[in-house]
Amino acid sequence: MNTQPEPANPPLSSVVRPKAPGKIKHYLTLAIILLMIWGSAAQTDSTLKELVQGFPNMLDLLREMFPPKWSYLDNIAEAMLETIRMALIGTTVGAILAVPVALLCAANLIRNRWITYPARFVLNLIRTVPDLLLAALFVAVFGLGPLPGMFALSVFSLGLIAKLTYEALEAIEPGPLEAMTAAGANLVQIIVYAVIPQIRAHFVSFTLYTFEINVRAAAVLGLVGAGGIGHYYEVTLGFFEYDKTCMIIMFTLAVVLIIDYASTKLREKLL
Amino acid sequence: MIEIRNASKTYANGTKGLNHINLTIGQGEFVAVVGLSGAGKSTLLRSMNRLHDITEGEILIGGKSITAAKGKQLRMIRRDIGMIFQSFNLLKRTSVLRNVLAGRVGYHSTLRTVLGQFPKQDVELAFRALDRVNIAEKAYVRADELSGGQQQRVAIARVLAQEAKIILADEPVASLDPLTTKQVMDDLKRINQESGITTIVNLHFIDLARQYATRIIGLRAGGIVFDGPVSEATDERFAEIYGRPIGKEEMLEEAAV
Repeated sequence: MNTQPEPANPPLSSVVRPKAPGKIKHYLTLAIILLMIWGSAAQTDSTLKELVQGFPNMLDLLREMFPPKWSYLDNIAEAMLETIRMALIGTTVGAILAVPVALLCAANLIRNRWITYPARFVLNLIRTVPDLLLAALFVAVFGLGPLPGMFALSVFSLGLIAKLTYEALEAIEPGPLEAMTAAGANLVQIIVYAVIPQIRAHFVSFTLYTFEINVRAAAVLGLVGAGGIGHYYEVTLGFFEYDKTCMIIMFTLAVVLIIDYASTKLREKLL
Repeated sequence: MIEIRNASKTYANGTKGLNHINLTIGQGEFVAVVGLSGAGKSTLLRSMNRLHDITEGEILIGGKSITAAKGKQLRMIRRDIGMIFQSFNLLKRTSVLRNVLAGRVGYHSTLRTVLGQFPKQDVELAFRALDRVNIAEKAYVRADELSGGQQQRVAIARVLAQEAKIILADEPVASLDPLTTKQVMDDLKRINQESGITTIVNLHFIDLARQYATRIIGLRAGGIVFDGPVSEATDERFAEIYGRPIGKEEMLEEAAV
């Protein structure tokens, strides 16, 4: 029953409408996603029941963790410094190596596909190896200590910074490059004059971002013997000294938060 | 002198950009190339310094074939041809002075230019170039902080510092307002007359072409449909170039009102 008066405008039906797209695709997508989630849960035997049953254990753990053992700070301060140093050196080495790699990947600078495609393939290959696995490999080669950790972070940083930089490189304005080409500049001159000024701020921002990630990554590299504070996680957890573990976690959290904050502020200023 | 011999450009998808162009442009001429967008104006200009490659024919710059040139040879020919763009194409986040000095990179070693160690004469040359377009006081300002008209004048100064014998200007005033359009065109004309630099300008507005050029070349579908002095470029001839009567869109004065 429609008691409302007819609108003054001509009814919309006077317009020839194209057929509205069906909704079946959306429903099907949703069904597939739900199926995948349910399947993953079933295959890994994860149930809500176990989560609820495990809850008291979690509370026990938390109770043992608090209060944290504040005096333990003296023991781990040096290890934390080592962690930050590893991240700093790893990021720096990675950033320096990333420059030539990113340039080789950029199709707007290197017109030869026989160079850009293999360079990108190698880059993707590097990025598929998780940092922890890289560290484990380098520990096997160079032995325990911070050195393999730094190598691992260098390779990881190279992959990340080069990837971000070459994508930014391909998005730069082509106009200045054209102008330099027209003036008779060679490739190096084009890069120095037309490319670097456009990419510099981005590159520094990517490097800072990678440093943030590396501090977090460096904190767990010790788990595979690659130096830094991660080693102390393993030791304290192994001896069930949860109050010390808690101290390490809180210390790590504080350091990561400070570095993230400083780095984010810096990056805001840059771009 | 520029000699274009039977030049054609066919794009990968089969479109003809240029269709058997034969053209000789003498030293010191001021040529306006007119035509609808898509007629091949930009392609013609860009093939002269080989920002675009032609697929057939040959282009000679001062007797040397740019079509056959490679590497250093090609860069040396390009050094003598300055280019001005519709979107200015200045170096971003870089000072005006460095933008003008960038026109000098073809004259020095890679190392020297990478370090930015230009000789004193070059800096002097750059300042004189900036002075000729009345913008010397902006030398230390970042180029992207200037207005459009100022940026285009910096681009002209860059070409002057380059000591180019030929200036190619691809729609140099298309993104400028009528007043700055006049300033930029006046600068180009003055430099053409004072230094005898061959100047080839792509223009959309026919009244500008008539006012500034000594010779007009009309393009249509990649071919030359008109080539003659301004006095012969009547409205009727323009109507042929454009394939329709001349409208307001082709006149700067009227489009601006």
